[in-house]
Amino acid sequence: MTNNKMTHASAVREGLAEEMRRDPLVWALGEDLSTAHGGTSADQYRGLIDEFGEKRIVNTPISENTIMGAAVGAAVAGTRPVADLRMADFAMCAVDELVNQAAKIRYMFGGQARVPLVVRQAIGVRKGGAAQHSQSTEAWYIHTPGLVVVAPATAADAKGLMKSAIRADDPVVYMEHKDLWMAEGEVSEDPEELVEIGKASIMKSGSDLTLVSWSKMALLSLEAAKILEVDNISVEVINLRSLWPWDKDLVYKSVSKTGRLLVAQESVQVAGFGAEISADVTENLNDQLKTHVRRIGAPRTPVPYAETMENEYRVTTERIIEKVKELMS
Amino acid sequence: MKAKNSTNYPDRILEMYKTMTLIRAFEEIAEEAFDAGLVNGSIHQYIGEEAIGTAVCANLKRSDYILSNHRGHGHAIAKGADPEAMMKELLGREGGTSGGKGGSMHIADFSVGMLGANGVLADGLTMGVGAAQALVLREENAIVAVFVGDGTTNRGPFYEALNWAMIYKLPILFVCENNTYASSTATQTVTAGPGPVARAEAFGMPAFDVDGNDVCAVDEIAGTLIEKIRNGHGPHFLHARTYRIKGHISRDKMLYRPEGETEAHLVNEPLLKCKDWMIKNGIKQKEIDDISSMAYEQIKEALEAAKNAPFPDKTLTYTDVQDLGNPYLGGSS
Repeated sequence: MTNNKMTHASAVREGLAEEMRRDPLVWALGEDLSTAHGGTSADQYRGLIDEFGEKRIVNTPISENTIMGAAVGAAVAGTRPVADLRMADFAMCAVDELVNQAAKIRYMFGGQARVPLVVRQAIGVRKGGAAQHSQSTEAWYIHTPGLVVVAPATAADAKGLMKSAIRADDPVVYMEHKDLWMAEGEVSEDPEELVEIGKASIMKSGSDLTLVSWSKMALLSLEAAKILEVDNISVEVINLRSLWPWDKDLVYKSVSKTGRLLVAQESVQVAGFGAEISADVTENLNDQLKTHVRRIGAPRTPVPYAETMENEYRVTTERIIEKVKELMS
Repeated sequence: MKAKNSTNYPDRILEMYKTMTLIRAFEEIAEEAFDAGLVNGSIHQYIGEEAIGTAVCANLKRSDYILSNHRGHGHAIAKGADPEAMMKELLGREGGTSGGKGGSMHIADFSVGMLGANGVLADGLTMGVGAAQALVLREENAIVAVFVGDGTTNRGPFYEALNWAMIYKLPILFVCENNTYASSTATQTVTAGPGPVARAEAFGMPAFDVDGNDVCAVDEIAGTLIEKIRNGHGPHFLHARTYRIKGHISRDKMLYRPEGETEAHLVNEPLLKCKDWMIKNGIKQKEIDDISSMAYEQIKEALEAAKNAPFPDKTLTYTDVQDLGNPYLGGSS
């Protein structure tokens, strides 16, 4: 099997199409799925309506409660829906159906039912997106028992995680970064090439410091690590890929080696997932640490609009570099 | 009460009377258990509304699905759930319908197509349309019935789900049980417009009104609508007028209710109405009394069995959360 270069949007579309060919009970629902747009203006569903028809590529009204609720009902009734809520900001309209129903049904009904669904919701600051189109809410769902949360950083991860999410019997919150939809990467043609949920990847090996991140922030972390080589600082970059469950083994192993940990996240730092990773590592690996664990994340403000303020808000490669140097000094 | 021109109709009414009595017995004995401190949570009783769930489910097959709300005991029994397992669930014991993990508000029995009572109003509607979509995708010849109350017609997802059911022409019956109270508020005082039927009709959905205390009438209209749904005519809406004889929950003192209101409704309650019909149609009083005493006997035994059942092991707290990232036993992760 060869690799093809393609965008994240196309990679996920291929992954979905492969799973739909493999299993006739896989279907997708959401706004604009069968229009010429093919999804949230990024081709995620382009052409799928022609191959799979309107019963399996369901173009829905703007009804987030029902997009999510219907996915839950259809999942307990024996199918595997992929519900697209466009942006994490809009997905808040459907938090009830996701948190009160999808996450709880298996448990509160004593294991009588499973809820095998995927819910796509895009995260990340998109230029000019402002307060309601740029939020990253992964911590909300990591905090919710019953949910699995993934956030890919590369096109290959995007495809492989979508396939694993569809095959999982748990409800999976699939958080893709809006800036990465059109970013390109190498993607396998092999329909059985999956990315295992719960397994992180090492994007760059290093010996001085472990830099843990996910989604677009993993790419910025990698960029930072490459620049830091010039200063003879050897950073190990871990791309978590999966946030719940997260790959503690790999993070522990790396921190045991480097003795230093920085977690970089795009979302609001306060009570973010970085806090959980930092606390966990501090609790469990304290004797291995050469210095305090550090975090970098967004300030606790809404995402501003004007470029000056938006840049002030963003976690950038430069800021990551600064933080690493602080830790190394 | 109306009667169908069918020779075996009295038998059908007797069967439905049995179910209604079983529900009534369950609710009354569950309240006794609650008062005795045996129920860990609260219970929402279906007393006075038994005819609706009973008659709708009498027209459903085992392979059909129902979705219920917080007042779900009657729907579960009518769809065929085991009252003993339900009583164990109320008492939080081993052998409960959800193994003691859900309680009264989360009674479910997937083996009979009862996809769950629910603690959040209107979620049965959105999940119900999804279940109907799954039936279509799986090419199953089955339908979905969703039970909601009058209060739910003021939640947004009610409208989303009705619209959704119409645009995809789904095999689903919406049953609005109008018991006049939304928690402790008289629904009429917080609801604009002419009512649920008009609201459903706004979507172009065929909608009907029925005396929900008349089991024969509900049976007749539900039978007609369900047949239409089975034959591919899309969603239908049934508004059944009734009265919640008890409070919102079992410990509700009903201070908001005008004096004498409950008593005035007792003459119209569905079991009494059904009994009158049966006597007028030649069914012997003794036969009716026997049904009643058998039902109470069965539920008393269910309560005894529940009291004697062990509590679930505390380690079960950690099971059935999720496959990936399941919590460690006793840990915080």
